[in-house]
Amino acid sequence: MKAPLLTFWPCAIAIFAAGFIFTLIADNEFYFFASYVVLQAVIMATAWNILGGFTGYVNFGSAGFFAVGAYTTIALNKAFGLPLPFLILAAAICSGIVGLAAGYLTLRLKGVYFAIATLAMSIVFETIANNWEYVGGASGAYILTPDDSLFFDSYIELLFMLILTLAIGSAAVARYMSSSRMGRGLAAIRDDEVAAECNGVPTLKLKLISASVMGAMMGVAGAPYPFFVTYVDPVSAFNLLIAVNAIAMPMIGGTASWIGPIIGALLVGGAQEIITVTISSEMNLLVVGVMLVAFITLAPKGIVGLYQDYRKKRRRQ
Amino acid sequence: MSEPILQVDGMTKMFGGFVALDNVSLHLDQGERLGLIGPNGSGKTTIINCISGALNNDAGSVLFRGKEIHRLPAYLRAQMGIARSFQIPRPFRSMTVLENLCLPIEYAASDRLDFLNIQKQGMEVLETIGFVDRANDLSADLTQVDLRKLELARAMAAKPTLLVSDEAMAGLSHSEVDEILEILMVLNDRGVAVIMIEHIMRAVMRFSERIIVLDAGKKIAEGTPDEIVQNPDVERAYLGQ
Amino acid sequence: MGLELFLNAVVAGILLGGFYAAVALGLSITFGQLDIVNIAHPAFVIIGSYTAFIMNEHFGLDPLLIGVLFTPIFFIFGMGLYRFYYVSFERTGQESLSGLAFFFGIMFIIEVILILAYGVDYRLVEADYIGETIHFGFISIPFRMLVPFLAAAGMTGAVYLYLSKTFTGRAILAVAQDRLALQLMGADPVKIKQIALGIAIATTAIAGALLIIIGPVEPSVGRLYIGRVFAIVILGGMGSISGTITAALMIGIVESIVATFYGPSWAPAVGFSILLLTLAFRPQGLFGRA
Repeated sequence: MKAPLLTFWPCAIAIFAAGFIFTLIADNEFYFFASYVVLQAVIMATAWNILGGFTGYVNFGSAGFFAVGAYTTIALNKAFGLPLPFLILAAAICSGIVGLAAGYLTLRLKGVYFAIATLAMSIVFETIANNWEYVGGASGAYILTPDDSLFFDSYIELLFMLILTLAIGSAAVARYMSSSRMGRGLAAIRDDEVAAECNGVPTLKLKLISASVMGAMMGVAGAPYPFFVTYVDPVSAFNLLIAVNAIAMPMIGGTASWIGPIIGALLVGGAQEIITVTISSEMNLLVVGVMLVAFITLAPKGIVGLYQDYRKKRRRQ
Repeated sequence: MSEPILQVDGMTKMFGGFVALDNVSLHLDQGERLGLIGPNGSGKTTIINCISGALNNDAGSVLFRGKEIHRLPAYLRAQMGIARSFQIPRPFRSMTVLENLCLPIEYAASDRLDFLNIQKQGMEVLETIGFVDRANDLSADLTQVDLRKLELARAMAAKPTLLVSDEAMAGLSHSEVDEILEILMVLNDRGVAVIMIEHIMRAVMRFSERIIVLDAGKKIAEGTPDEIVQNPDVERAYLGQ
Repeated sequence: MGLELFLNAVVAGILLGGFYAAVALGLSITFGQLDIVNIAHPAFVIIGSYTAFIMNEHFGLDPLLIGVLFTPIFFIFGMGLYRFYYVSFERTGQESLSGLAFFFGIMFIIEVILILAYGVDYRLVEADYIGETIHFGFISIPFRMLVPFLAAAGMTGAVYLYLSKTFTGRAILAVAQDRLALQLMGADPVKIKQIALGIAIATTAIAGALLIIIGPVEPSVGRLYIGRVFAIVILGGMGSISGTITAALMIGIVESIVATFYGPSWAPAVGFSILLLTLAFRPQGLFGRA
């Protein structure tokens, strides 16, 4: 799917403006909390798809990258009290390095080994976090909400605009990666890695770039998280639901394009917020698991794929 | 040009204890048509895997246009001008016919062009194989013989100096073999050296200026098609003794 | 004192490793022979544990007996699972991305259903021998570790014999190596793989029962085992049963020593770290060919 430059940036600016207006007129803070969670999922799903959808390498350990971002924030905030933009940058660098390292170790092997390695890595990091007293260990760490909300009514509105900006930024990165020369190389890798390599595509280099970008983006998603929840412990930061959502949302939305994960995240994330409030959060987990398996088996190309097939059928008639 | 574009010396490749290639040497001149034949398992695909970079040889050197390439990754060799088609075609299934060709143009052909120019060049290659009206068809929908042609066209699109055609005609009908042969001839007319691995003797005899015969990882004969046909060692290798 | 502690840790590690081999056995078949990345394998083991728990609580049966009794049911389920996997993924050639995500989803669903049904409390079984210990000098061997070890050895031996002596068993080993040759020999690869996955899931019935004999179980325990079993299968060289056993013993011993001297909270990281190291430096395992 190629959204021409002319429509992407106007839409992005419009969404940003709409978000800003929302902060001015909305008075129920719940909407900002719920939107934050969904937008965080948008970033995670987009990030996952950069490696998973574009090259075909599955990451099971998304929670690990996310948590590295969150814990980088906790550690640096405790040590130096840096402002949020620096924390986000630091988180991006740390998680990006982790992505690069994981890729360097395993991307030369079959995709299966990369998938298992990411899961292993996530649990190793979780064990380290459990034993590292400086960031709270197993009992967790508290983050104080800063007093300064700039020109917003409350800190949550600031966080909401922040994550909205980050989400738009991730979409832009994903879009650039998929429609550029690099994107075509990545598509070739996904279709047939051996043939791509023999046709001049530097497969290892592109896979490593994708893994690093994915890692960095997930770290960016995790960086503001401690300020959002104010209490972080390994169980919540390395939450399995984060990992499952990161896979389920792109696969439900459609992995072949940059917009599929966004659609998947908005739909599934939105549904999860509703179910959590109306039924229970455990039922939430079951729903996303069943949806994941259902879509993988019945509609592997996701919602975007279904829509494209529908369009093709209409054209033939 | 008296310097060969490809010089392989003493190439050896082992898989565990099995010796797939045993001290094989060969050379290829600019624009030459070389046939590579031998019974199944003699090492033909292994040697071109080592030349193209899909595998790394254990011993021996590979000089391409004077440069030692045996340690280079496959994509660099492709960018240097070595192209290969696969025995079983490996198209990029999610892409159209034209997109399949544009990929090597963008990544392997030496000049960096903008997108419109790339598409134009892609169309030119399509003309050579008569696929102009199929440009926007999905590669996954092609028939077997069309996939073979696409495979060769994709190799052509990379603007190679050397093309290896790995059993591109296996299982095709008489007229289909002729179609493939013609494409290879057109390519060779443009100055591309071709190594043809084939079991269809009619095609090898017609196409090759020189033939090399492998058996059980060793080179057992080398010469013109007429010389090879009369060589008793070759007959023994194929028929057994 | 240090030596006593060390030797006890090693013995405990051997017993644990033997049990790990039983858990990894099924995965050695699915991943090593069939190339099916059943990341949900430990989740099935947990189902086996909960089955043992429920039957033990309601009928007072011995957990090991329950495991053996339920083997046929798990076998049939495994066959059905392969059938579904084959129709949905293998036949269409999508096993790499979708197949992986499928089993990940299954693992997740199993864990969530168990949480919904039984909550996150630890469950355990009651049997006469569980509290007992025998002593050899300063080495103490608790029965709750010894019985699973012996049962694991028995089960592993039985599966090994089956795979190497019977026609179907050897066909399973063959289907990994040469599908076409198998077809020419008159065996249907799909049916063979069905039986293979059936056996693999059947082993989880017993492995699960053994697990809950060793210690209490709750739904997320399965995830800790993912690293261990994949480390064992990959380290042992894909598809080699003797390799699996050796790797399992090694990991069991290392884990036991780490837990004894550095604390049990580091134990989960051992299996996963070994896995990462193996993938980084010797992905073909100790016994596989490069």
